[in-house]
Amino acid sequence: MKISKSPWIIHYDGSSCNGCDIEVLDSLMPKYDLERFGVVNTGNPKHADIFLVTGGINAQNKPVVQQIYSQMPFPKVVVAVGICACNGGIFKECYNILGGVDKAIPVDIYVPGCAARPEAIIDGVMKAVALLDKKREEMKKEAKEN
Amino acid sequence: MTTAIALTIGFIILGPFIGGLLEGMDRVVCARMQGRQGPPVLQPFYDIYKLFNKQSILVNNIQDLLVCGFLVFVVFSGVLFFMGEDILLVFFALTLAEIFMVMSSASANSPYSSMGAQRELVQAMTYEPMLLLTAIGFYIAAESFRVDDIARTDIPAIVYLPGIFLGYVFILTIKFRKSPFDLSTSHHAHQEMVRGLTTELSGNILALVEVAEWYETVLLLGVIGLFFVNGTWWGLVLALVGILVSFFFETFVDNVFPRVHWDTMVKSTWMFTLIAGGINLFILVLIR
Ligand code: SF4
Repeated sequence: MKISKSPWIIHYDGSSCNGCDIEVLDSLMPKYDLERFGVVNTGNPKHADIFLVTGGINAQNKPVVQQIYSQMPFPKVVVAVGICACNGGIFKECYNILGGVDKAIPVDIYVPGCAARPEAIIDGVMKAVALLDKKREEMKKEAKEN
Repeated sequence: MTTAIALTIGFIILGPFIGGLLEGMDRVVCARMQGRQGPPVLQPFYDIYKLFNKQSILVNNIQDLLVCGFLVFVVFSGVLFFMGEDILLVFFALTLAEIFMVMSSASANSPYSSMGAQRELVQAMTYEPMLLLTAIGFYIAAESFRVDDIARTDIPAIVYLPGIFLGYVFILTIKFRKSPFDLSTSHHAHQEMVRGLTTELSGNILALVEVAEWYETVLLLGVIGLFFVNGTWWGLVLALVGILVSFFFETFVDNVFPRVHWDTMVKSTWMFTLIAGGINLFILVLIR
């Protein structure tokens, strides 16, 4: 059995325009139904395996994103959803925007698009899920070495 | 005696599997009611496996001990029940288990967790009268508090206790953490205080809570079965049907009603307890 059969996600809205958030929720709705892969939207960093971030990073939400990331137990994967979360997108030049999510925390999967389509988000989550298994293996190896 | 021991061992070993399967079925049925495909039936087991493989972050060094207490006492009350002991004792042990869980969340220094603990106490206060009435009802119907005596009466207890049965199914919604009464924590994403009771639990500690809840599900559904059994084979069939119908009913209610405010829960549950349970008990005392 693989731990990737049960990916629980937490979704955080950075400075997104809400377009991507709606698409994230949309992928959990009946038409796309992410739950058929065992995905649960937990809303609690301590239960989550996958961190979905939409929108860019600004000075105010940087510590929040870092805080959520630090509260998630290993293994964990970060998915940046939407071009804003990837590198700032159309808000890139704004005075308050620092850039994509990787300005605050390490990002594993980038899902571009404005707004990212549900199909793309599901694809990103599935890539994240495969990465979870890999990270778990690494964790096991590290535990053995120590 | 041998059946009691077989049942008890069956409960200890198979309890979590049955509970997990029931939860899986619940999730699939729930998804179908919402027009979704839903996760595989074995999803709860994948979840547990995952949780045991995650890092667990302990926020203090008493939390895990209290969660273990929760698990141990849930199993203990189940053992009492399937051994055919006193049903009052079963309910008291179950309440004790609940207190362990509440203490564990209250011990964490998090507002969400402690609010979950408070709400859990309110829930306990809400369903406790009905649990006691159920025990008393069984006593009057079977003239014994012992589970094995109740299970062996000629006429199934449901004949005497239809009101109490309904009241029990009513509080089962609270016990199973189903909407509208999933105040302290919920299995769904729409939760106003992060995850309530289990906010600060992670990894294998959270997995233990899940396992304990599966045991609890089996025990509580066992009580439903106790309303129907009468020592014959058709009593057992009836019990099985009763259990499945009640469980399906809980899933249905979960999908139909939105979460209510806590005082609505207390008022409606106590009202229902008083009307359904009280009147049933009153008539029973008169005719017996
Ligand atoms: S990528 Fe587009 S839709 Fe998504 S948050 Fe940015 S601007 Fe909005």
